[in-house]
Amino acid sequence: MTAGVDLGVTAVQAIRSDEDVVRVRQLVRTTAVAAKLSLVDQTKLVTAASELARNTLIYGGGGTAEVAAVDDGRRRGIRIVFADEGPGIPDLDLALTDGYTTGGGLGLGLSGARRLVDDFDIRTAVGEGTRVTVTKWSR
Amino acid sequence: MDRVPILKIGDILLVSIQVDMSDQTAVQLQENLAERIVATGSHGVIIDITALDIVDSFVGRMLSTIASISKVLDAETVVVGMRPAVAITLVELGLSLNGIRTALNVERGMELIAAARADEWYEVDGDEDAETTARS
Repeated sequence: MTAGVDLGVTAVQAIRSDEDVVRVRQLVRTTAVAAKLSLVDQTKLVTAASELARNTLIYGGGGTAEVAAVDDGRRRGIRIVFADEGPGIPDLDLALTDGYTTGGGLGLGLSGARRLVDDFDIRTAVGEGTRVTVTKWSR
Repeated sequence: MDRVPILKIGDILLVSIQVDMSDQTAVQLQENLAERIVATGSHGVIIDITALDIVDSFVGRMLSTIASISKVLDAETVVVGMRPAVAITLVELGLSLNGIRTALNVERGMELIAAARADEWYEVDGDEDAETTARS
C-alpha cells in the first residue's frame, strides 16, 4: 500500500459516463502539472488514469476517482483511488495479464496502467467492488 | 459531444484532433471517416495528433481500426505529430499500433502517402511485365 501523507488537496470526480472519463483525465493532468511532475511522468499518469477510469465505468458500472497530492517526506506525488461497487474481479492474476479482456478491449488497461505508475494496489471482492490505488512520485 | 472535423486537401483527407476525445467521439470519428473516404474517393488519410497529450489503449485501437478500414477502402493512413512523451508512454503501455504508418509531421505524411501510391502503381506495372515475359 502506498505510504505518504495526504497534503489535503483532494478532488473527487464521479465516473458515470464517457465524458466523466475525460474529466478524470483533465483533473489528473491539472494536479500533475501543479505537483511539477515531469512531462513524461504527467503523460504516463494521465494515460494510466484514463485506462483505470474507463475500467471503473465499463467493468465496475461507474464509481469515483479521488485525486490527491501526497508527500512521503522525501518527494511529492499524486495518488489516485478508483473505486466502484461493481461485480469485482474473480481472477485478479488473469485480469492483470497483458492481452486478457472480458470487455472486447485490448486487455492492456489494468496491466498497462500498472507499468505506467510507481505504486499500484488493487483490492477486489466478488459482488462488492474494486478499489485501485496508484501513485506517481516526482523524481 | 465534440465532433472532429475532416478536411479534404486534394486527394487526401486530413484529420486534426484538437479535443480531448471521449470514447464516443472517437468511435464517431471512425465512422465519419469511413464515409468520407468513400464519398470523396480519397486515397490517403492523415491523422494529426500533435494536440493530443495522451494516447491511451482506446485511442490507440481507434487509430489501428481506422488504418485497417482505410486499407480496405483503398486509402493509406499515416498518423503524424506524435509527441515524444506520448511515444514513450505508448511503448510502456504495451501498445504496438499495428499496421499504422507514422511520420513526424503533415508534410512528411503527405510524402509518405504519395510514395506509397507510386509504389503500388510500380508493383502493378511490374506484375504485368512479369506476365508478358512468362507468356513470351
